[in-house]
This record gives sequence, structure tokens and C-alpha cells, in this order.
Amino acid sequence: MTSVIAAPAGPVPVAPARRAARRRANRRRRLTVLAFMSPWIVGFGVFFGYPLVESAWLSLNHYDLLSKPHYIGLANYRYMAHDPNFWPGVRNTLWMICIAAPATVLFAFAAAMLLTRIRRGSGFFRSVFYMPTLAPAVAATLGFVYLFNPNTGPVNRVLRALHLPQPLWFDDPHYAKPSLTILGIWGFGTIMIVLLAALLDVPTQLYESAELDGANAWHKLRHITLPTISPVLLFALITSIIDALQYFTQGYVAATVAGGGDAGAGVGSSLGYPQNSTMFYPVWLYQQGFRYFAMGYASAMAMVMLVVAVVFTVLLLRSSRLWVHSAAGRAS
Amino acid sequence: MTAATLGRRPRGLTRRGRVHSIRRQRFLYGVGRYSLVIAGAVMFLAPLLFIALTSLMTDAQALSPRWWPHPFQWSNYSTIFEQTDVPRYMFNTMLYAVLATVGLLLSSIPVAYALARLRWRGRQAVFVLVLATMMMPTQVTIVPLYVMFAKLHLTGTLAPLIVPNWFGDAFTIFLLRQFFLTIPEEYADAARVDGAGELQILLRVFVPLARPAIAAAALFSFLFCWNDFFGPLTYIGESQHNWTLSVALSNFRGLYHVQWNLTMAATVVFMLPVIVVFLLAQRAFVQGVTLTGVKG
Repeated sequence: MTSVIAAPAGPVPVAPARRAARRRANRRRRLTVLAFMSPWIVGFGVFFGYPLVESAWLSLNHYDLLSKPHYIGLANYRYMAHDPNFWPGVRNTLWMICIAAPATVLFAFAAAMLLTRIRRGSGFFRSVFYMPTLAPAVAATLGFVYLFNPNTGPVNRVLRALHLPQPLWFDDPHYAKPSLTILGIWGFGTIMIVLLAALLDVPTQLYESAELDGANAWHKLRHITLPTISPVLLFALITSIIDALQYFTQGYVAATVAGGGDAGAGVGSSLGYPQNSTMFYPVWLYQQGFRYFAMGYASAMAMVMLVVAVVFTVLLLRSSRLWVHSAAGRAS
Repeated sequence: MTAATLGRRPRGLTRRGRVHSIRRQRFLYGVGRYSLVIAGAVMFLAPLLFIALTSLMTDAQALSPRWWPHPFQWSNYSTIFEQTDVPRYMFNTMLYAVLATVGLLLSSIPVAYALARLRWRGRQAVFVLVLATMMMPTQVTIVPLYVMFAKLHLTGTLAPLIVPNWFGDAFTIFLLRQFFLTIPEEYADAARVDGAGELQILLRVFVPLARPAIAAAALFSFLFCWNDFFGPLTYIGESQHNWTLSVALSNFRGLYHVQWNLTMAATVVFMLPVIVVFLLAQRAFVQGVTLTGVKG
């Protein structure tokens, strides 16, 4: 700063002084950036980078937290093929990814479409549809296990009154995941709001001109609405898939509560109840790591999960050019 | 088609007929839409209503086909607070949510600013990294993190849940960056002409202007912590006096012998703060969601 003022008066040539000042300003700017970024840099290193590397290393070890890690090569990965709960875990999680996630997006889309079509009270209905999203997952799951209780729950009582079949819901291996899907649809609020915002952004002139051309509701949906909001729809679908990949809480709580087992208990717990139908991949990972303290094997499972997550994240980032832009544009 | 019909019939009558039928069609569509949306709303509210009603029943009523409590047993709530450790769990949850949220805001605001408004090499790459961490399932890093905190003798306490939030949170950074990008550069330039440094610009210009986004971020963080289950279960599942409400509730039925009425009362106690906050701050929520497309 001072040299800039002193430069013209002093014997030093003008240009180097200016360059020095610029260099100093540059360094200061870099230091500012570094200072501003420092929390993230530390956090990224300590709570993300390091655990990732450590996880890769632990996955090649036998480790139970008490004794020292013991290198066993790829044995953990080989064991996956024989692990009786690994493939059920994969299948159940795939079920959530392929069926529950798209179903949730579909219902959220339908609700958002409906909300754009009503004038009076749309704010009220939007709140009603959004609110369940906020219910804590543990509380919501508990509530649903009660509501869908085969004998005493109100759902089956209504079905009985209507002479409809009354499934055992959370107690039937064929109905446990559909029950969880209903719970998921009940909590579709976030996706619905995102889609609603996208739908309201579709220029109304497009619809008006289509109407003049004699387009019916289906044509408008197929040729205007869907193409316009497809990036947002894609975004919603991929984030739902990533959520489904780490689906844990509802599965864990439904199994322990419906199964009647105490969650705190060790080996004999009812995780996966009924008949492993809610043994999701992350639930099994948790059980291996924190009930059996097979930390090496849990790390190996985590590495497999990482690969899958990276694939979906790359897909999401590829499509992000579309949605990051639209999100920024909408706010301005 | 319309031209053909117009040709055959007297003009006035047709138009009146058409207007009439269009009106009727519109009216029917409207009725259809409203019945759908009302039916949906009833189905969405029913679970909450049933949970609330059951929380006021006696134990026997909760298992009977009766759906309206008779008599209303309000004492379920005092039972919850007096005979269980719910107040303690509530305090733990509060502590976790408040300390995590404060740290998350303090650490994420400058990072978001640097990513949105400072120009530096590698900024885009770092932003992509932030997005990538946001998408990473928690289970991917949980084992080494647990080992790390165990070595520091911090498992069984709330520290492993709170501390990481003091080092920037990807979702919050993303949300605030998106908002900071929308603030016109002229505001910052005006401050710069007055000789303000970047920190002053951030604190005096951007933070006040971004108050709605910061409020939304705080809300999301608070809610995330309040609802969080995987973290508390993993780190403090074994030490009951540090349980949060979510962990306590997942054990509730085991601890209190399958009393649905008390379990539902605890569920209401757990849900109510969230719903009240939502009703008070609806706009911040909706804005936050539309800004990012994601919930925390």
C-alpha cells in the first residue's frame, strides 16, 4: 500500500513497483480465498478424504476395533459371494431404487400437476402435501407400523369394513417393502415442491398456443410439460435414487418395531423382519460394522456402495448443467 | 368442424349452447380436480390425525376398534414426561441441533461466498467436489469415522455428531452459493469502492441480503439434526443418557412394553416442534427447497 504512494516520488522505476503491488494484492487475494475456504478444506480432508482412504485400507483387513487390523487381502470382497445376507440386501435396496424411488417421483409429479390446476386453496393443499415430509423418519415409521397393524390398526379396520383383502403389511415379507413405499410416498413433499416450481415456470404462452392448435390435455402434457421440465424430473429421480441407495432408518425402525425385537440387543435382533424382506444393504452394513464389529467387512461393503454412489453422482453432475442453471435462474 | 356446425344452425343458439357446454365441462373438471385434491389431503392428514388421537387414548382403547378417544387421557403426556427420560432426550436433541446448526452456518457461509463471488483457479473443480460429497451416502465413510472418534474416546457422546458440522456442510454451501450468485455485483462494488475488504463485504452486504437463504439453511440443518437417526444410533446407541429423541423413540416400545398410546404420545412430542416450526416458517422452507431442489 505505502509503496504505491511512495513509488512516483522515489527513485524506484514505476513498473516494478506496480508489479510488486499487484503481486502483493494477488497474494492477499489468495490468502483471503484460503481463509474463507479453510473450514471446508479441513472438513473435506478429515471427515471425507481421510475416511475414504482409510475405508479402502480397512476393507483389505480383518478389524474388530479391539485388536490391530490384520491384512487379509481381498478376502472380505470374496466373502460377499457367500454372505447369506449380502444378496438379499442388494436385492432389497435395488427394489427401493427401481420401484419405490420412481413411484415416489411419479406420485409427487401427479400431485404437483394437480396443484397447478386448482386456484382456490392451492397454498393450503401444498402445505398439507408437504408437511408429512417433515415428520421425523423414526416417528413417521412408528406411526405407520401402528396404522398398518394387521389386527388393531385403522387401515385394516377400514379395509375390513369395505370387505377388501387385509394384508399383514409390515408383518408380511411380500408387503413390507410396499408398505415402506407408501410411507415414502407420504413423504414426497420435497420432490413435489421442486416439481411444482418447475411446472409453474413453464411459459403459459406455450399452452395457449397449443390450445389454439386444438391440443388436448394429453398432448399438452406429452409435448409441452414433460419436455420443458424433464431436467428437473431427471434431477428428482436421481436424487431419489441416491436416497434409496442409503435407505436405512425406516427399514431399521419398521423391522425392530414390527418384529417386536429390542433395537439395542445384539445378535438376536429382528433387523430385516419379516424374513429379511427389509434387510437393506445399509442395514446389513450397519449390523456387520456396529453389531458384529466386523469393521473390515463393513468397509468392503462401504467401498461397493461408494462405487454405485459415484456412478449415480456422475450421472447427476452430468445433468447438473441443466438444473443448477435453472435453479439459479428461478431465484433471481 | 365448428364452421360446419355454425353453417347449419342458427348462430345465436349454437354459441349459447357451446358456451353452456364448455362451462359445464369446466365445472365438472373443476369438481373432479377438487375431489381428487381433497381426497389426497385427507389421506395425507389422516396418519397425523390418527397418531394424535391414539396418543390420547387409554392403552385398552388403542387396541380396540374405537377411533375417537373416550375419555381423553391427557395424562399420557405427563406420563411421558414424568416416568420416562423424554425431557433428557429432548435436551440432548436440542443440544445437537443447536450446536450443529450454529457451527454449520459459521463455517459454511464464508465457503459459499468464496465459491460464489471470489475468483480463483480451481473454483469450479472444488464446487464439483462439494456437490459430490453432498451426494455421498453417509454409510460410505462411517466405519473409519467411528474408529477415529473411538480412538479419541468421543463415541458415546454427542461430539461426533456436532463437530463435523463446524467444518462446512456441502448442502448448506450449495444452498448459500446458489443464493449469493443471485445478488447483483453492484452491491459488492459499492462496498469495495468504500474500501471494504472481502470479509466486510460478506458480513455487511451479503449476509444481510441473504437472510432468507440463511434462515432456510438453518431450518434445514435444525430439522436434519432433529430427525437424524443413523448418526445418533451409530455413535450413541449404547449410551442411553446421551440418546437423542430418535434413538429413544426407536427403543421406546421395547422399553415401555408395547403401549401404543404412550408410544404415539412420544411420537407427537417428537413431531410437534417440527410441525410448529414449519407452520411458522413455511415461506423459508419453500424458498429453500426451490432454490436447491434438495432437502438436507
